[in-house]
Amino acid sequence: MLIHCPYCGPRDSQEFTYRGDANGVRPDPSAEDAQQAFYDYVYLRNNPAGDHLEWWYHGAGCRQWLKVSRNTLTHAIAAVHAARAEDKP
Amino acid sequence: MTSNRLLQPAWRDASPKASYDVIIVGGGGHGLATAYYLAKEHGIRNVAVLERGWIGGGNAGRNTTIIRSNYLLPGNEPFYEWSMRLWEGLEQELNFNMMVSQNGIINLIHSDAQRDAYARRGNAMILNGADARLLDRAEVRERLPFLNYDDARFPIKGGLMQPRAGTARHDGVVWGYARAASALGVDIIQNCEVLDFLHADGRITGVKTTRGDILAKKTGLAVAGSTTRLTSKLGLKMPIESFVLQAFISEGLKPFMRGAFTFGAGHFYCSQTDKGELVFGGDLDGYNSYAQRGNLPVMEDVLEGGVALVPFLSRLRLLRQWAGVCDMTMDGSPIICAGPFPGFYLNAGWNYGGFKATPASGWCFAHTIARDEPHPLSKAYRLDRFRTGHLIDEKGVGAQPNLH
Repeated sequence: MLIHCPYCGPRDSQEFTYRGDANGVRPDPSAEDAQQAFYDYVYLRNNPAGDHLEWWYHGAGCRQWLKVSRNTLTHAIAAVHAARAEDKP
Repeated sequence: MTSNRLLQPAWRDASPKASYDVIIVGGGGHGLATAYYLAKEHGIRNVAVLERGWIGGGNAGRNTTIIRSNYLLPGNEPFYEWSMRLWEGLEQELNFNMMVSQNGIINLIHSDAQRDAYARRGNAMILNGADARLLDRAEVRERLPFLNYDDARFPIKGGLMQPRAGTARHDGVVWGYARAASALGVDIIQNCEVLDFLHADGRITGVKTTRGDILAKKTGLAVAGSTTRLTSKLGLKMPIESFVLQAFISEGLKPFMRGAFTFGAGHFYCSQTDKGELVFGGDLDGYNSYAQRGNLPVMEDVLEGGVALVPFLSRLRLLRQWAGVCDMTMDGSPIICAGPFPGFYLNAGWNYGGFKATPASGWCFAHTIARDEPHPLSKAYRLDRFRTGHLIDEKGVGAQPNLH
């Protein structure tokens, strides 16, 4: 599997570390419903059979975090972009 | 001589009726065991097992056939030990040769810290009625003389052995349960994919399938890696991610080893089949996948680990390789419970350890469905433990399923 790193170009997936689902947004710990929101954020997953948005870390390359859209049935990668500040998990 | 002309089907290939007392979705080992124990132990015989493909074609046919009860934590070890006890009497009970071979499993020790950890685990096993023996280096060498004992990085210092552990023939388990359940009146329905659920007043009242709607008072799910695909129809988000685990078979060799062993430093485990092949496996493919096929980097990694531990493996040819979709939970332990909807029951999250659990999983799930209360042995496997913080995390890696 090749991941097209926006900094390094197409690189073998072995250079990357997988961190998982990138859909979750860290909840506000001071919110009223923080307990429920953190339970959802930490433990629950959509786990789709199809397109999946996920974090990959390019540890053996540019050491940047990437947000990758990959199909969990075919492993085809539709999009890769560098993680931005607003993507912070 | 008779070209199999005299063989009869072992079980009825049923067509769906309009309604049942209980529907089990998933015709793997767990689903069939559940149906069998519902009929046998609880007298509920109006039961259907619905299978998308053919029975035993999922993870029941994609594992490395090891059975053991060498767990550490209180929520786990009594359950797996009960499973081991059921394995010990299963062939007699079902009158089916499942080739259960209790030749032991040895978890290798490579450091003092690991010996301490395994001594603790062995004590936990013994406290829960299982068997465990701490072997020194000479005792391991006597049993497994072909290992690389003096590797510079990971020398072998000893091992934790469970003598009663071993292997079982995976297809035999499926067929044995299927035949016994069918004989008690259970309908086994293949090529019947569940597409959605039927509801009435917030209650699950059956399933929509490719072979029509089927009503049921109770619907149980035992679909392993496909759990989320079905629970998502109910808007139920699960603490599960699906990953692929590979297994490998070498060419056949003369019998030279008994039982199974695991590498304590890399991730590699191995046993020899009755046909003489080595069957082995290692890590998950590291990313979410429903593909039922493995990737090459993990294959390379497993084989490297194998050759480091068993140098002569480098001379063997690989015969086959396969992969199953594992329902990895956030603490690495399974889920058996009623709910969260009335009429709905969950059996999921077996990670990559579901095969050995087959009998106890069926036993406890049948109890949960029949009596609407958790079985004492599986009461820790509730779905809401993730909300309440009562996790059963054997490895202590947290909510990162690809690390369990």
